[in-house]
Amino acid sequence: MSRETQGWRGWARALYGIVWREGLRFTKQRERFLSALVRPLVWLFIFAAGFRSVLGLSITPPYETYVLYEVYVTPGLCGMIQLFNGMQSSLSMVYDRETGAMRTFLISPYPRWFLLVSKLLAGVAVSIAQVYAFLLIAWFWGVDPPFWGYVTVLPALVLSGMMLGAMGLFLSSTIRQLENFAGVMNFVIFPMFFASSALYPLWRMKESSILLHDICAFNPFSYAVELIRFALYGQINWLALAVVVVATAAFLGAAIYAYDPTKGSLGKKRG
Amino acid sequence: MINAGLCLGGTHGYIQRMHALHIESVSHNFGKLTALDDVSLTVPQGRFVALLGVNGAGKTTLFSLITRLYDNVSGTIQVAGHDVRRAPGAALAQLGVVFQSRALDRDLTIRQNLFYHAALHGMTRADTRARTEEMIARVGLSDKLEAKVATLSGGQARRAEIARALMHRPRLLLLDEATVGLDVKSRLEVVALVRELIRDDGVAALWATHLLDEVRPDDLISVLHRGKILTSGVARDICGDRPLEQAFLDLTGLPQEQEA
Repeated sequence: MSRETQGWRGWARALYGIVWREGLRFTKQRERFLSALVRPLVWLFIFAAGFRSVLGLSITPPYETYVLYEVYVTPGLCGMIQLFNGMQSSLSMVYDRETGAMRTFLISPYPRWFLLVSKLLAGVAVSIAQVYAFLLIAWFWGVDPPFWGYVTVLPALVLSGMMLGAMGLFLSSTIRQLENFAGVMNFVIFPMFFASSALYPLWRMKESSILLHDICAFNPFSYAVELIRFALYGQINWLALAVVVVATAAFLGAAIYAYDPTKGSLGKKRG
Repeated sequence: MINAGLCLGGTHGYIQRMHALHIESVSHNFGKLTALDDVSLTVPQGRFVALLGVNGAGKTTLFSLITRLYDNVSGTIQVAGHDVRRAPGAALAQLGVVFQSRALDRDLTIRQNLFYHAALHGMTRADTRARTEEMIARVGLSDKLEAKVATLSGGQARRAEIARALMHRPRLLLLDEATVGLDVKSRLEVVALVRELIRDDGVAALWATHLLDEVRPDDLISVLHRGKILTSGVARDICGDRPLEQAFLDLTGLPQEQEA
């Protein structure tokens, strides 16, 4: 390897460059930033307001008192921000592949697993900025978790962001039909979001359908949401943590496999 | 061996290590379709080698293998003596690429694009800054450094891509149809620029094209057709007293009107 690429400093510079570019591109895309912020706010301001009288919530952990519906739904909306963002940045990698930007990225001398993990971390960093902007606005709306919750939620957001980004990366690299966003909305984002604990607690779901409850309980997105929910109140949901860690490792492994030139799906496509 | 005229002395030993690019017996299939069939090719250090072929001849596939977008399953590919499969990092560090499709971020400035590329190669901040000024002056775009790529003309964007490809001081520059879509003037400028860089910096270039007028009589050429290398050598020797167009058509057996 050449002089410049040796040592951890070179790796750190590569990681920094990848995150820097993602952040820069995000700030250039005003529409993406606005829609990323407006989407959860619509849910919070309108959907939650209408829903709060319909849905009563008993005291469930991590909440110590009865909570308003907008308080319950906030962690789910944080998850939704990350779900959209993860899918969007992974899909942009597929588009990048067509335009040549992906090729430029992959001819870096650093190992491909490192490049992909860096790319994921870059997407996660952008999604976390969005989540905090959302939480700030939600605070003015009366959703005020304890102060330390804003700190303890950070590692949870990193993990859940990695899981959703890795999932998007894996899906986009293997399933050709998912290369347009409408398809991803219908077949990935909506089912994952609605069949989860983001909008309603799972015990509520059980009352209407056991099958639906079981589907929700198999949905890794439910666990990402629960991880965020507990972390926002300074607590750890161990089951959620375990599921998210395992799912992240599985999706990430599959994505790296798919991008490995010796094994993955890239080499089988004519390009 | 077909490329014996290009290999300065056989296929092993230290001489091989001096080549900027050495490809031997590489084949590649997409399912049942054979894209490359036993391709061997050498680019000596500091030389300009034109890879001639019509669209679909296999040029882009060959470039994808050299840049390790796909892995070569048969044969060997060495960049500056580093095997692309066994030491991909070392090989890629010696490689600068200008892809056929535009590959700059349109929303970012030239400087930002170069910074990103330098970071991907682990270059230090100070080195990046110095090299950016140097390379952008070499391609004649110093006044456009802070301009967004979207505002550049096709020829300017190509020159910026060449500057970017050379940021990390590679020993081999790959250019895949770098002049496609450019007007005549920009096309001539880009070809002249690459030749100048080779002459001054000693970097080698593999120039894939179907535009035969970009080739000079003393260039090394390889003719790729339907996945096979038909011939390799100095253009003048291959042509004899024919024009290059005629030699190319005779070799490939293509009818006159299909040639671009």
